[in-house]
Amino acid sequence: MAATKDSKEQKYDRQLRLWGDHGQEALENAHVCLINATATGTEILKNLVLPGIGAFTIVDGHIVSGEDAGNNFFLSSDSIGKNRAQAATELLQELNSDVSGNFVEESPDKLLDNDPEFFHRFTIVIGVQLPESTCLRLGMVLWSASVPFLICKAYGLIGYMRLMVQEHTVIESHPDNALEDLRLDRPFDEFKSHIKSYNLSIMDKKDHSHTPWVIIVAKYLERWLSEHDGQPPKNYKEKEAFRQIIREGILKNENGGLEDEENFEEAIKNVNTALNPTKVPTSVEDLFNSEQCNNITAQSSSFWVMLRAVKEFVYNEGSGSLPVRGSIPDMIADSQKFINLQNVYREKAMQDAAAVSKHVESLLQSVGKPPESISEKDIKLFCKNSSFLRVVRCRSLAEEYSVDSINKDEISGLDCCCFRFFSYLI
Amino acid sequence: MCPFNSKWDILKPENHCFPSREKKRRRIEDLTEKMAVESGHRDGGCYWEGRWNHVRKFLERPGPFTHPDFEPSTESLQFLLETCKILVIGAGGLGCELLKNLALSGFRLIHVVDMDTIDVSNLNRQFLFRPKDVGRPKAEVAADFINRRIPGCKVVPHFKKIQDFDESFYRQFHIIVCGLDSIVARRWINGMLISLLGYEDGVLDPSSIIPLIDGGTEGFKGNARVILPGMTACIDCTLELYPPQINFPMCTIASMPRLPEHCVEYARILQWPKEQPFGDTSLDGDNPEHIQWVFERSQERAAEFHITGITYRLTQGVVKRIIPAVASTNAVIAAACATEVFKIATSAYIPLNNYLVFNDVDGLYTYTFEAERKENCTACSQVPQDLQFPPSAKLQEVLEYLTENASLQMKSPAITTTLEGKNKTLYLQSVKSIEERTRPNLCKTLKELGLSDGQEIAVADVTTPQTVLFKINFTA
Repeated sequence: MAATKDSKEQKYDRQLRLWGDHGQEALENAHVCLINATATGTEILKNLVLPGIGAFTIVDGHIVSGEDAGNNFFLSSDSIGKNRAQAATELLQELNSDVSGNFVEESPDKLLDNDPEFFHRFTIVIGVQLPESTCLRLGMVLWSASVPFLICKAYGLIGYMRLMVQEHTVIESHPDNALEDLRLDRPFDEFKSHIKSYNLSIMDKKDHSHTPWVIIVAKYLERWLSEHDGQPPKNYKEKEAFRQIIREGILKNENGGLEDEENFEEAIKNVNTALNPTKVPTSVEDLFNSEQCNNITAQSSSFWVMLRAVKEFVYNEGSGSLPVRGSIPDMIADSQKFINLQNVYREKAMQDAAAVSKHVESLLQSVGKPPESISEKDIKLFCKNSSFLRVVRCRSLAEEYSVDSINKDEISGLDCCCFRFFSYLI
Repeated sequence: MCPFNSKWDILKPENHCFPSREKKRRRIEDLTEKMAVESGHRDGGCYWEGRWNHVRKFLERPGPFTHPDFEPSTESLQFLLETCKILVIGAGGLGCELLKNLALSGFRLIHVVDMDTIDVSNLNRQFLFRPKDVGRPKAEVAADFINRRIPGCKVVPHFKKIQDFDESFYRQFHIIVCGLDSIVARRWINGMLISLLGYEDGVLDPSSIIPLIDGGTEGFKGNARVILPGMTACIDCTLELYPPQINFPMCTIASMPRLPEHCVEYARILQWPKEQPFGDTSLDGDNPEHIQWVFERSQERAAEFHITGITYRLTQGVVKRIIPAVASTNAVIAAACATEVFKIATSAYIPLNNYLVFNDVDGLYTYTFEAERKENCTACSQVPQDLQFPPSAKLQEVLEYLTENASLQMKSPAITTTLEGKNKTLYLQSVKSIEERTRPNLCKTLKELGLSDGQEIAVADVTTPQTVLFKINFTA
């Protein structure tokens, strides 16, 4: 219904600006399980129910005590004596009618005894104030079912959180301060011919002052390279000299003073970052070298198929670089020049995405899957975010608790008389 | 010197029900009275068995992490329940969380101030409000919800601006905690609490200090800080931590737009006043019809310059300067703030000293540091601010300095001085008739205006409840 969609857009507006429509969709398709509706547990759920998680299920065999009702906003004195899962579900459900709330009046240990597959249906399981034995048992079940497990404990003013997830891939990581992808160190052909279309020495003053700084740096860099054996400015001294050359390019007025050319000031200010070599980030290189990327099968998720396709692109059409991102930062320029420059990058990005698409197709074919299994839209999004791809992997609880993997050397190093530390059993 | 020593146990002499050395002897009496508390006699019928156990565990037993001067007692809980008065400023994202946390921690005498009414876009995080409450005052709905959900809690709402109250209002509180959405408002309350400070022979009287806990959030980032006015860094001491808001240059908006945002600003700043599509009304970001008009005009402008990317959401974001917000960040920061309120009210734990930063955009990052006081802080240093200007400088230049300087960042300063024994307004923007009358002064030089070397000027501005004194020193 249009009305409902509109009102949800309004209600969720502030968070949509953070994680976008894709993020919201993922949230609304998720079903979380909370074990133990303590104050910590209900607080966690509150922060998921308010933004519109699809569904939640509380598993709790406890009866609400007076103490419970005293420190938990989602239990009242009327809840005392009732099952805690049921009581908390009522008051959490009331927060947001878009969310579906459920409860199971059972202890997790009982469920593990009788129906461990119960937990397989969840997007993530959150275990609060669970004893170690339960954590380990549940951890094993969830690990083998590839369900993420978040363990939380709160004691006085001390809090503890442990995330257990086998593999969590992120395409849209929404980075805060991303470096721009301008390719000044290795200009692609279309960019080179666009730069050629500019002749700074014959431009009138208005055009000169409204030429994007990227063009200015590119022009002066071409000159520098021809005068320095193809080597760009490398150290501080050379970069200073490069900046000075650009400064000398600023138009002078009749009295010999400098005209006010903000675009040239921008160019000078951006020299440092502009000269950053274009390279595949190490985090992405690591992904290229991983098992999942190199071994594409019919079970591989679209993330790994697309990543492999990007890797193929990097080693072929990309000549060592990722697909061009296609976006440029705002800069002093007249609208026409800016839009034209932006389009050069946008078109290159589309070209690169199309090349990646071809690799995706052949990879899918090689494992007997139809090429439509991964949409053009998804491939474009993947390419645009290729510098920011993230994969989070945590070790299992079993591994953490295993005697074989403890850091024996580090711990035994602490056992010397010059160290005095107090340990508290919590 | 750690500012948090046992002197702090004595917050307000006239409200002395607070654990201190003198009260040690009463402890034995308290323990026998505990039976009476358990049976609900002292609690107005809002008590049930075990209700406050979670708080008692903090206050009635020793522990390895408590404040070095902490001594377990049943008095602390009584102080929270019956005497400690807290002011919560803001009943929005942080305010709702703060009220919940404080109420569950045993605080009952809580006042909340908020000048806003509820909007549907608040509902994703301001959980004391429901769709049926849209349009009602936030403070009132919030107080109502808390008082019902937490029996015995007496939250008093004020549907007002903080500037509507004077010292007599603020003086009554033991601790003030803010969840504001503007730096101007923060500076105002900061200035107010500084104006309450008492000095005896140049020595600060600790009983005049009202701790200010300030929280702020933006998307996945947030911060929390503890301010002891007159003792630790205040809001103005660290004003440079808040970079000035960037507005697009007018020439970009007027003649060479490149981004969709430039097109929206064109419609908002230039087209709206000119075309007055809804009569002589100012643009209201909360009016969908207004936003729709701006959206359509922006699309036209964008098409003219071949700019893509105009959406309704973007339009509204630019017009209202919307800051993204989610429940989780507000929960974290409010929890940190409420914990500090609890620590200071009970002296049970060492408070944050004094600034916490939180960011969970990528993983989870947090750190704390001690923000330092600024020696010549305009708000809290009591040092008259020195300005250097040549006598040939125009008053306009002084005005620009006051607004553009990173440590001052005034909004629309009103400048007065004393000439020939009489008070003279040099420039004032907020009253139209006075603005017109004093506007010619902006083009006059300081010498022409009759100012002499070392002249004191008094500046009033929305960023501070008290006028700031500056001394103008003439340069060559």
